[in-house]
Amino acid sequence: MRIMIVGAGIGGTILANRLARLLAPELQRGEVDVVVLSASRTHLYQPGLLHLALGQTTVEALHRDPRTLLDPRVALLIDEVLAFAPDSKQVRGTSGNAYSYDWLVIATGSRVTPEEVPGLAEHAHGFYTEAAALRLARALQNFDGGRVVVTTGVPHKCPMAPLEMTFLLHDLFVRRGIAPRVDLLYTYPIGRLHSIEAVAEWARVEFARRGIRSATYFNIASVDGATRTLHSEEGLSVDYDLLIAIPPHRGAEAIERSGLGPRGWVPTHRRLLTMQGRDDVFVLGDTTNLPVSKAGSTARFQAEVIAANLASRVRGGGDTHGYDGKVLCFIETSRDRATYAAFNYAEPPHPRAPSRAIHMAKTFYHRLYWSSLRGFP
Amino acid sequence: MQDDPPVPDGVAVVVDARGSHCPGALMELIVALKHARRGDFLLVLADDPGSAREIPEWLAKVGQRHVSTRSEQGILHIMVEKTRG
Repeated sequence: MRIMIVGAGIGGTILANRLARLLAPELQRGEVDVVVLSASRTHLYQPGLLHLALGQTTVEALHRDPRTLLDPRVALLIDEVLAFAPDSKQVRGTSGNAYSYDWLVIATGSRVTPEEVPGLAEHAHGFYTEAAALRLARALQNFDGGRVVVTTGVPHKCPMAPLEMTFLLHDLFVRRGIAPRVDLLYTYPIGRLHSIEAVAEWARVEFARRGIRSATYFNIASVDGATRTLHSEEGLSVDYDLLIAIPPHRGAEAIERSGLGPRGWVPTHRRLLTMQGRDDVFVLGDTTNLPVSKAGSTARFQAEVIAANLASRVRGGGDTHGYDGKVLCFIETSRDRATYAAFNYAEPPHPRAPSRAIHMAKTFYHRLYWSSLRGFP
Repeated sequence: MQDDPPVPDGVAVVVDARGSHCPGALMELIVALKHARRGDFLLVLADDPGSAREIPEWLAKVGQRHVSTRSEQGILHIMVEKTRG
């Protein structure tokens, strides 16, 4: 029997390692294979891109060879998915190879699509890819004052990142002594500063204290690079000197190409995390169409559910676990303070006041990230 | 909670945002409307009370039509028509 996990990001890696432990006897007897198919020869620590853009970390610190993160009992294949063929239980790679499976887990993540908004790719900075983060780091180094606009498209992953970037930019400008010459403006698609009401209310107070301005109900319509103007679907226009955008996202192109889900999001059962209508296909992390945050913690909690249910199925049993919508996100509010939001389908989040202790916990998590992928027995 | 809500007649898209604290019902609707066709009806299911105010408010700003809102067993059913774009 073969379990094939497509994608070696946080979700795919944690799932593979957990399966290796849960299915140790079956792996040893050669009754089951756990195979990870990765499009990339490197695993990127995505939360670090924010800090790369702010000059607080290096490219090297954000990368590891995925082989070193996987249990030796897990096979790793490097090939980009060209198409999923669930009817024939196969995945086809761009190499020309076809891979058969008994159970498939799609963990191909999400990608930014700035090209969906006229002018965004050409004129906005970003920090959701390594190249964009490095370019923004250079722009910030040379920035000496003016209006900085942080704007957010939908849907997007890492929902705390727009606020974090805004707070950390303000912190950077204060430390460089240019804050009096900077007009920092934050825009957000809905009628408050964040989806989570308690986070939005806290951010409102913090913005007022720091002199950060905001525009809500602001969905990016287009960017005019000649006049340096950002236009919204709601009819607002703002000028900028430096534009930092969180672009809209889509899922993997292979998902759209294979007709598995519009815009690359796979319709997914909200508790069992199986693909709708396909009992032998699971969906993990950003790739689902579920109304939960596209975040690393989401993938981590979902991987635990899928691992338990796959192990049970391998042994002839049924699904024993269900995903309850759990998400936990840290929020950096300055260089030395942070808070977090934890919630699930039933329980809304109640973030605490930012503290040094929570900042330390997040810093510790940054350092523990690579070990946490390997898992703890 | 029902896992897969049925799609009522005449509705092109069901935006099932039950249990969504982040990104939330309006954010899900914004995405769905962007990719819907003019004339499509979209049904939003939400269990956060703020959506009853926030969704019609945003629809008015972007010139889309709020058809109706009703509450059924604690779940808001908000009907929207894409009238432009």
